[in-house]
Formats: sequence, C-alpha cells, structure tokens
Amino acid sequence: MTKPNERKLTIARAMAEATAQEMRIDPSVFVMGEDIGPLGGVYGNTRGLIEEFGAERIRDTPISETAFIGAAVGAAQDGMRPVVELMFVDFFGVCFDAIYNLMAKNIYFSGGNVKVPMVLMTSTGGGYSDGGQHSQCLYGTFAHLPGMKVVAPSNAYDAKGLMTAAMRDDSPVVYMYHKGLQGMGWLGTEAGATVHVPEEPYTLEIGKAKVVREGKDVSIVSCGMGVHNALKAAKKLEAQGVSAEVVDLVSLVPLDRETIRASVAKTGRLIVVDEDYMSYGLSGEIIASVTEHDISALKAAPKRVAFPDVPIPFARVMEQFCLPNPDKIVAAWDQMQAA
Amino acid sequence: MAARKPAAKAKKPNVSAEELLDHYRQMLLIRRFEEKAGQLYGMGLIGGFCHLYIGQEAVVVGLEAAAEEGDKRVTSYRDHGHMLACGMDPKGIMAELTGREGGFSKGKGGSMHMFSKEKHFYGGHGIVAAQVPIGAGLAFADKYQGNDRVTFTYFGDGAANQGQVYEAYNMAELWDLPVIFVIENNQYAMGTSTKRSTKSPSYWERGAAYGIPGEEVDGMDVLAVKEAGEKAVAHCRAGKGPYILEIKTYRYRGHSMSDPAKYRTREEVQKMREERDAIEGVRSLLLTGKHATEDDLKAIDKEIKAIVNEAAEFSKESPEPALEELWTDIYAPLEA
Ligand SMILES: Cc1ncc(C[n+]2csc(CCOP(=O)(O)OP(=O)(O)O)c2C)c(N)n1
Ligand SMILES: [Mg+2]
Repeated sequence: MTKPNERKLTIARAMAEATAQEMRIDPSVFVMGEDIGPLGGVYGNTRGLIEEFGAERIRDTPISETAFIGAAVGAAQDGMRPVVELMFVDFFGVCFDAIYNLMAKNIYFSGGNVKVPMVLMTSTGGGYSDGGQHSQCLYGTFAHLPGMKVVAPSNAYDAKGLMTAAMRDDSPVVYMYHKGLQGMGWLGTEAGATVHVPEEPYTLEIGKAKVVREGKDVSIVSCGMGVHNALKAAKKLEAQGVSAEVVDLVSLVPLDRETIRASVAKTGRLIVVDEDYMSYGLSGEIIASVTEHDISALKAAPKRVAFPDVPIPFARVMEQFCLPNPDKIVAAWDQMQAA
Repeated sequence: MAARKPAAKAKKPNVSAEELLDHYRQMLLIRRFEEKAGQLYGMGLIGGFCHLYIGQEAVVVGLEAAAEEGDKRVTSYRDHGHMLACGMDPKGIMAELTGREGGFSKGKGGSMHMFSKEKHFYGGHGIVAAQVPIGAGLAFADKYQGNDRVTFTYFGDGAANQGQVYEAYNMAELWDLPVIFVIENNQYAMGTSTKRSTKSPSYWERGAAYGIPGEEVDGMDVLAVKEAGEKAVAHCRAGKGPYILEIKTYRYRGHSMSDPAKYRTREEVQKMREERDAIEGVRSLLLTGKHATEDDLKAIDKEIKAIVNEAAEFSKESPEPALEELWTDIYAPLEA
C-alpha cells in the first residue's frame, strides 16, 4: 500500500526518470539501443524519453550491437556520455570485443589520457521460461574482467541513484537490471522492488553494499532478485527463531568486501545467493573475500545457493528447480546446522 | 486497391492440382498450428517469448517445394513454420513449446531451440543472425564431403544488419559454398521498421559487394517463391556458390506474444491480410481453376484441424521432463 507522500516507482520508471533528469542538465548524454525509442525499451527503462528528447538523443539502432557499442566507446572518448542498451545480457557474445577489449581497457591503454564515460544497460535473469539464450545473469562473467564497474540494483530507489551515478562516472559502468524486478506487467514482477523514490536527482555511491536487514545468526549476501529471496528466507528463518542479516551488494565491481566481512564477523555464518551459474563466479568470490581475510570469523562452512552449472533449461519445472528461492536458502541454513 | 489481387501469378506456371493442394495443406497446417500455439500461450501452457509465423507461410512452403531430400535448413527463433514444412512431427514441436518430455529437445530448448538431424533441421536460434554463419558451415561440410546438398539459411530483415551476415557472405562466395541466404523481409524487426533501420534500398543487392547474385521475390505468392527457390537451388547445385533470395513477406501477429503493437496500424495489417494473404491466394487458384471444390477444401481444413488438435493434446499430456535430465546432454557421450 502506498502511504501519503510516498512515490512508488518501478525500477523501469526509476531508470527512465534518472536518465531524463540527467539529460536535462547534461547535453552530452544520449541513449541508444534496439527499440529504446518509441517502444521505450523492451523492459520499459527508456519509456517517455523520446517524447521529451527526440530522436537525435534517443536513438533506435539497427540490430548491430558490435557497431553501436563500439561507436559508443568512440563517442565516449570524444566528449559524449552515451547510455547504451544491450537488450539481453545473453547477447553479449555478439559484441564482447567492443565491451571488453575497448570499453573496459581504453582508459588504461591510454595511461589515463582518455575517459570512457559510458553506461551499458542490460537485462538479466530468468524464471519465465525464456530458454538458455535469454535467461542468464552472467554477473560473474562481467565482474571477472577488470576495467568496468558493475552494478545490479534490487529496488527502484537504488536503481535511480545508481543510474545517475553511472551517468556521472568517467569510467564505463555495466548496469545489470533484473527482468523480474522491472515492473513489467506481462512478465510478472517482484513487488518488493517497487519502492518510494524521491523526485529530485540523487546518486548512490558505486561500490557500496547495504545491510538491508539486520540479524545476528547468519549473513545472507546477494544482489538483484536474490536480495528479495534472501529477505523472504529471513522471514521464514525468523519464524524458527533464527535472526538473519541480509546484505545487498548493490555493486559487484567495486565489491564492498568491508561490509560483507563486517556482517560475517558479527554473525559467523555466510550464505551466498546467486542466480548466476555456481562455479567460477560471484558466490565463490564472496566466500573467498571472507575466508582469505579471516577464516576464524566463520563458525560453520559457508554455503551457496546458486544456479547449477547447466545451460538454462526451458521447461518450467526444470528452470524453477534450478533457480534460487527462499526455501533453498532456509535449507542451506538447516544443512549448516546439521554439519 | 479494391479487388483481391490473386496472390499467385496469373500466368500460372505448369503447376499441377496436387502440387497446389499440397502447398495449401502445408500453409494451412502452419497457420492452424500457430493459432493453436497462440491459444496455448494464452492459457499459460507455453512460457517465455513465442514468435508466430502467421502471414509468412508461403516463404517456407515455397522453398521446401524447391528442396530435395537431404537439403538442409537453419533459421532463427521464428522457427515453427520451418520445422513443420520440413516434415518434423507437429506433436514434438508443440510438446517442446509446452516444455515436455515429448518435445524435440525434451523440454530443454523451447520454442526457439529445436533440431532434427533426421529432417536436416539445424535450429532454431535465439541470437539474431547467429544462424547465418552456421548455414555457411553446413554448406561447407556438404561441399567438403562431396555431396550436392544445398543449405537454406533463413534470417530476417533485422538480422540483415548484423556484421556476421557479411562475414559469412564473403566466405561463402570465396569458397563457392552451396548456401541459399533467404532474407525473410517482413518489414519489421520487433518494433523497428526497415525504413528506420537502413537506407539501403534492398537487402538482396548487398550481396553484389561480395559477388553473390540474388533477387527479390514476392513472398505472398507461394508459386513465385518456389520458382525462385528452384533457380537458387540450381545455381548452388551447379557449384556456382551462394545465392540470395530476399523474400518480401509480412507477419500478421506481434513480434512475440508480448508485443504492444504500437509501431504499425491495424489498417496496415488488415490490408495485407485482405489483399495479399498467401493461403487465400492458393485457395482462390484452386477454386477458380476447378482443381478443388469448397467441400474438398473443407475436408482439408478438417484434416489439418485434427493434426493440430492431436499435437495440442500430446503437448498437454506428455509428461514434464524428469529432473535427472537436467544433467544429461551437456556433453555428447563418447561413442565407443
Ligand atoms: C544479437 C541479438 N540482438 C537482439 C536480439 C533481440 N531481438 C530478437 S528478435 C529481434 C528482431 C529481429 O528481426 P528480424 O531479423 O527482422 O526477424 P523477425 O523477428 O522479423 O522474424 C531482436 C532485436 C537478439 N535476439 N539477438
Ligand atoms: Mg523482420
């Protein structure tokens, strides 16, 4: 329920609002991508922009990701602040050279001579039976590679602040928004992502995690959709008399290891929830951040609830079986106790 | 334009009644199958995005009529029509759409990802234009192995703006690969019309830069498609390398089942349906040429309906995949 003076927005609207406000004050910001103009983006995050800013600044592109993302790198090096959209993160394969060998490295390769102030927005996540080329998160893939900041909001307040911060950053920022949090009616959405958003522009510090629920028995660490699963699990655990703390990473790169370590130092137990594939990814990184720092902080072996190492299956029963959910998080706690 | 333009050319190449009836049957099967898929989607039995082929039936049916046993085909996510036209079992296709064990990919692939080695269908691909180099590779394998098979590589007008298409063109011509690049120009890529995505006047002419011949074809006329297909096939089989067919067509439904459809008017769609529908075109040829009576066509309708209903029933009754299947087929088993 909306309270008086509350201004609840979906992540999609929060992203569009941040972009519009920045475009009003900074003429070097422009947006490009596939169907981000009159359609307003498949996931709604550019809705209303073309009406205000016109086709010169809100540019629909041909289906040519290598060219338009490469072009954004060029424009960013030449005084512009492009916001580009890769419609689904899964499509990165077509254009990863522009992303990783150019966008991510040119500041370094120039010895700081050029800046690459661009935002690469991309949708992530599954859960609605879209098959293995349209449902991935790939957090680990992007976060693994140096040179790009990576953010992944779990709610509209953070989404707006991160969007503004990303547009003002002089480094490339990969902005990974989860489809299941966007507030698109036809897709189904997580209600907890639609929250109060102040009208005036504000920024959220990139690289800063948030403790979104305080607890003392276990730290559940996640990002994006995983935060909502973690919060639901925390409620269930509370009913069992277990006090769970939930850490929302907000940014994957830079990773706020301090906040994670401080939480685990308090609770002594760690469960990482990651919708991305299990191996070589986010969940392993979070655990390593804790164990290599001070293994004595842990009272039990850490647990991870992540997507198994299989291509994402189409069939609903199979996909749902693989995805993290609150019950799996509770089960991870139970296993920790049994061990 | 007042009167319905007969979709098939007046000069009527020597086409037999059986052939016409077969085209009619194939096109109708696709249309009714897709309508049923749309219904099942509406009932929540199919998830994700589901891209229907309604309106484009003459493209694949005309080209399949020009193909011979052993020829190959590969296409995008808008693949149900291609699979039906090359003879894949409608039950297995529908059951893949509902994500069941009896589906062509055992429920692991879904609407966009199916294969049939038996029918030489190499997918179903969700990454726009990814199938184009795959088509060149299929053709390479055939040429290398010394058989005279031809590969039909289908892609959209939107896909035609991907760089990998042109890398594949260049190699295909350089190596004289027996591949037909079929551009299904339905005028839209999701919500973006061709006018908003390119200034080049035609897609097939882009092949000239690589030395690949081609032509534009009326895709609402199954006989014209077949004729062009035969020409392209002859070119490829003669070892002359690739050929491009830009087939002008139209999709009646949304890009996928979740399309807000604001990028074109209802009138535009209605006009196409009324004036250019390929199935209606063949129907009127059959009737005016006295190749069939209304009753004959009704009987075909009934036959098709039965096939589609059977597929739908199968797709509901086939069991959900067993969870153990999650860990199979990731790698191919080594053959002893
Ligand atoms: C590399 C890549 N970019 C974008 C998309 C999203 N997308 C899916 S279909 C489509 C439009 C393709 O249009 P077209 O090639 O004309 O084929 P049609 O849908 O008309 O059959 C887009 C942009 C994708 N699947 N893959
Ligand atoms: Mg198209």
